[in-house]
Amino acid sequence: MPDRLLEVRALDAHYGDFQALFGATMGVNEGEVVAVIGANGAGKSTLLKSIAGAMRSRRDAIRFAGEPIGDCPAHEVVARGIALVPEGRRLFPSLTVEENLMIGGQLGRPGPWNLRRVYELFPVLAERRHQIAPSLSGGQQQMVAIARALMSNPKLLLCDEISLGLAPIVIRDIYARIPAIVAEGLSLVIVEQDIVQALKTAKHVYCLQEGRVALEGEAGSLTREKISAAYFGV
Amino acid sequence: MEWLNTILQGVLLGGLYAMFAAGLSLIFGVMRLVNIAHGDLIVLAAYVALVTVQALGVNPLVSLIIVVPVMALIGYVMQRGLLNRTLGDDLLPPLLVTFGLSVIIQNGLLEIFSADSVKLNAGTVEIASLPVGGGLAVGVLPLIQFALAVAVIAGLQWLFYRTALGRAFRATSDDQSVAQLMGLNNAHVFGLAMALSLAIVAIAGVLLAVRSNFDPAIGPARLIFGFEAVIIGGLGSMWGTLAGGIILGVAQAIGAKIDPGWNLLAGHIAFLLVLAIRPQGLFPKVQG
Amino acid sequence: MSAGNIRVEHASTSSTIGTTIVAVAVVALAAAPWWADRASLRLLSEIYAYIALASLWNLLAGYVGLVSVGQQVYVGLGAYLLFGLAVLTGMHPLAAIPVAALATAIVAVPVAALIFRLRGHYFAIGTWVVAEVFRLLASQVSALGGGSGTSLPSSVVLSIAATRQLREFTIYWIALVQVVVILAAIVWLLRSRYGLALTAIRDSELGARSNGVDVARIKYAVYVAVAFGTAMVGALIFLQKIRISPDTAFSVNEWTAFVIFITVIGGIGRIEGPIIGTVIFFLLRQTLADLGAIYLLILGVVAIGVMLKAPKGLWGLIADRFGWQVFPLRRRLVMDDR
Repeated sequence: MPDRLLEVRALDAHYGDFQALFGATMGVNEGEVVAVIGANGAGKSTLLKSIAGAMRSRRDAIRFAGEPIGDCPAHEVVARGIALVPEGRRLFPSLTVEENLMIGGQLGRPGPWNLRRVYELFPVLAERRHQIAPSLSGGQQQMVAIARALMSNPKLLLCDEISLGLAPIVIRDIYARIPAIVAEGLSLVIVEQDIVQALKTAKHVYCLQEGRVALEGEAGSLTREKISAAYFGV
Repeated sequence: MEWLNTILQGVLLGGLYAMFAAGLSLIFGVMRLVNIAHGDLIVLAAYVALVTVQALGVNPLVSLIIVVPVMALIGYVMQRGLLNRTLGDDLLPPLLVTFGLSVIIQNGLLEIFSADSVKLNAGTVEIASLPVGGGLAVGVLPLIQFALAVAVIAGLQWLFYRTALGRAFRATSDDQSVAQLMGLNNAHVFGLAMALSLAIVAIAGVLLAVRSNFDPAIGPARLIFGFEAVIIGGLGSMWGTLAGGIILGVAQAIGAKIDPGWNLLAGHIAFLLVLAIRPQGLFPKVQG
Repeated sequence: MSAGNIRVEHASTSSTIGTTIVAVAVVALAAAPWWADRASLRLLSEIYAYIALASLWNLLAGYVGLVSVGQQVYVGLGAYLLFGLAVLTGMHPLAAIPVAALATAIVAVPVAALIFRLRGHYFAIGTWVVAEVFRLLASQVSALGGGSGTSLPSSVVLSIAATRQLREFTIYWIALVQVVVILAAIVWLLRSRYGLALTAIRDSELGARSNGVDVARIKYAVYVAVAFGTAMVGALIFLQKIRISPDTAFSVNEWTAFVIFITVIGGIGRIEGPIIGTVIFFLLRQTLADLGAIYLLILGVVAIGVMLKAPKGLWGLIADRFGWQVFPLRRRLVMDDR
């Protein structure tokens, strides 16, 4: 069986003495949207951070486009085509919206995403391009964070809890753009606390519980009971 | 009239101090590191200029063509080879390592060049002066110094706010880990920042060498002047640093006029006054 | 299961052994005037002075997090105030030592108020500026020789003790008493609840503050206390040298660079560190001092190497490996079942 775009195999992760992931295994096919759900502290962010290179892992625990990248530093992972929308947005506070976007694009990887395309996707950002990032609303900041990641023309986009702290209508607004992003050929991993949104958006779902993959399956086939059991471990 | 002349000299001297300060302030802004060896690196640059002038027989100001890239390279290698390893939450390692570097540079220069003070000769430009009306005249060399300082600071402002490299500096300074997640190689960015800082140090060193006698031990005093200029002007603002340098230069000039032994003390007192009355500096930029 | 008594135990096997060795050594060293020659007594006094200075610097930097590269100001102030009191007011030089130290501590209060406005690295350079200011001020005091300094008049020297030998013994014993008192004070401080607060501040200032520790007051108090101790040592050093000048009294190399190297190489944040570091420093000095500038260069390289490879210093490596402590400073909760 050929490698999927992203292959995570038996991934462990530690914060000092504390182990956050135990042999996590998951994957993403090209063009697919995959959701990772789980309670707080289940290890979802840790999983994304490991993939993005913010945490070093075993070399072949993570394979991207057939290449082992587990021990690559973050900036190299970006160069290979994985971009992260960090939890909590993490925009550069002293830079303007446009400067934040330009940092995203400074690697110069060729692809469909540039300032013009990104402003088309999120018109409200074009209006605010010269404002400094912290002056925007939560939803707008989230758009900047997503746009910033897109600017590096990734093949795989990792979204860490993009609905966090946002009003439902804003969340729906942001998720409405996902199809346009996928249409350009991107694959997505979305980490979400909002299970309904996750199941609506993703094809394949993984549920983490205390650092382990407790459940996986097609979004449509998972019942409420199965998810509850995997989520809470009851 | 005498006083006006004194103040004018002080302003021009302030330009040199602002240049000492600019390199310090750049590094602190990008990586929160204060390089205690900064002053000794200025002296090192002066000696590199000395060697260049002796080897090639050129005018010291021309030696900048060699000294600037040499110092920039030293900066990049020093940062990536040594100082990057000290960066982190703990304040002690970078402070102690740069203090160690200061001792190493001073004593290394002492071994190679001896404690004798030397001075580089820039030729007729040293004694040339320009009349500015009202019976006042300014030396051409101090004027060039001041102009270079303004150019360096304007250049840094332009670099920081209008170029991709400057954006990278500001992003890395804002949030190191996210900068890395956006594809910036922090180790390299820091190396470039230090290279830039030492390029400025190179210019300052050559100007210092031409202006007055120098020897391996005068580094710490240059560090202190640069530091005082930064604090007086206010952290985070390049133009504030220029103002700080000017105020320091003027304070020293006034002190010297009152009593030749008082020039340094007058500068320190100006610094302590600012620290006591307005500790954030005179023109601080509120940073995000 | 009943709780019984809970108490804090400080000692360990290694500390019992260590303290015993130290106690025996102190007794032996107190008897040194009878078994050591003149040069050795001078060397020992120098060693005591550096152990004291390094221990005080270590308390400031390793426990409170105040990294000062300007402690030479207090060595110089202690020395100059001693000379001033002895020469200009006729005070007995031995009595002048604590008075000079006290006066210095009083000066340290407004100095602290000023430089505590700076943080971290900028605080460090600020301490250096303060040292420079006092050095320049000292060279303006013509009554004490201005820029070239002065010597103690022989009448003052003679008032210490009648014979030269007795004078040297007296100064030696005072030096020994100083270092023992300073070390004892530091051990006592660290064992007390203030010591617990200091360790908390060292580990996490924010955490300490949110647990009710008055961080600002403690920093202030420790800074002034360290100034007092440093001045006391400085006064004795220059009483022994008999000669003072602004450049020697406020020397960055002798009173800061060496002290920092000693503490880094021995181990910051541990009380044994400065002692080990001083021993190593003097061993290096005996072997390398002829090399002049190269000697200092080597010191710098060694200090950088230690900082990068063994940031806890030599004692840190040993103590972590074997779990030793020389002084009883550990805190262990012991429950006595009744």
